[in-house]
Amino acid sequence: MDSSNKVNITVNGQQMQSAAAHLAALIAELGLTENKLAVECNGVIIAPDSFQSQPVTDGDVIELIRFVGGG
Amino acid sequence: MHTDDSLVIGGKRLQSRLFTGTGKFGREDVIPAIAEASGSQVITVALRRVDLGGRGGNILDHIPPHMQLLPNTSGARTADEAVRIARLARASGAGDWIKIEIISDARNLLPDGYATARATEVLAKEGFVVLPYMNPDLYVARDLVNAGAAAVMPLGAPIGSNRGLQTREMIRILIEEIDLPIVVDAGIGAPSQACEAMEMGAAACLVNTAIATAADPVRMAAAFGRAVAAGRDAWLAGLGRVLTEGGAASSPQEGTFTGFLDE
Repeated sequence: MDSSNKVNITVNGQQMQSAAAHLAALIAELGLTENKLAVECNGVIIAPDSFQSQPVTDGDVIELIRFVGGG
Repeated sequence: MHTDDSLVIGGKRLQSRLFTGTGKFGREDVIPAIAEASGSQVITVALRRVDLGGRGGNILDHIPPHMQLLPNTSGARTADEAVRIARLARASGAGDWIKIEIISDARNLLPDGYATARATEVLAKEGFVVLPYMNPDLYVARDLVNAGAAAVMPLGAPIGSNRGLQTREMIRILIEEIDLPIVVDAGIGAPSQACEAMEMGAAACLVNTAIATAADPVRMAAAFGRAVAAGRDAWLAGLGRVLTEGGAASSPQEGTFTGFLDE
């Protein structure tokens, strides 16, 4: 595969390469189907209705957050 | 016929005064049974990174849709971190309620009241329904009221300890002095303790560990539901007076025929 189609990003503290053009594609690329996912891109919260419009670019630091059990 | 004794927080009318947690359960699929057995209508959850390795399900799949989600800001050590977590929770579609939990004490998990008041002010202004978790201190409670909290949640004992209402005197003072629902949160280890908190006039109790660590969590959840309701009824009924010394017979003094009491 032509690696110039991929960008270097950090997701949840892990460095990785992604071919995703936008957040929704990244989430699909990672095989995630989370109910109520919370996302931060470079420290900015991205609402779910913006996942398709938020681009994934080289150097992005992304946090994918979900709900877990807690008190 | 009793008048409506529902608890109103953030404009939401609650029939149950038992809030429950979802932490420490070995199996998340027990949560629907816990919810049903307890009658609880408010349930806490936490926010954490998605496991990119694919392990771990989604807790929300197990929470009955009628329940009010109460995300907590666990993991926050500062007001800024709590605000960040709260905004993430809301942005994901989990609703407006937030339990502020700001802790930088790893041993006893005591909450930072100063930071909690600051975070409460920011989040209340942004329209969150803020339920701050706190160490029962009157001045912190007053700051929380002024900051726009929807309730105040004092601890009975350290999180997860099951040691009960160690702070009962301070909780009693908050109930007397603070004009917001007082939800006793943390440390309640037995239904009798939740009952006692309600008898003191608490608005509600939040219980997680005591249910999750019980030998039979579903049965314990049911017990807690009844205990909270019983304590609430006792409060509304008005506890009888306590004699500081001696006793007072419950059967009449007159008409005895045993001669035993003749003077």
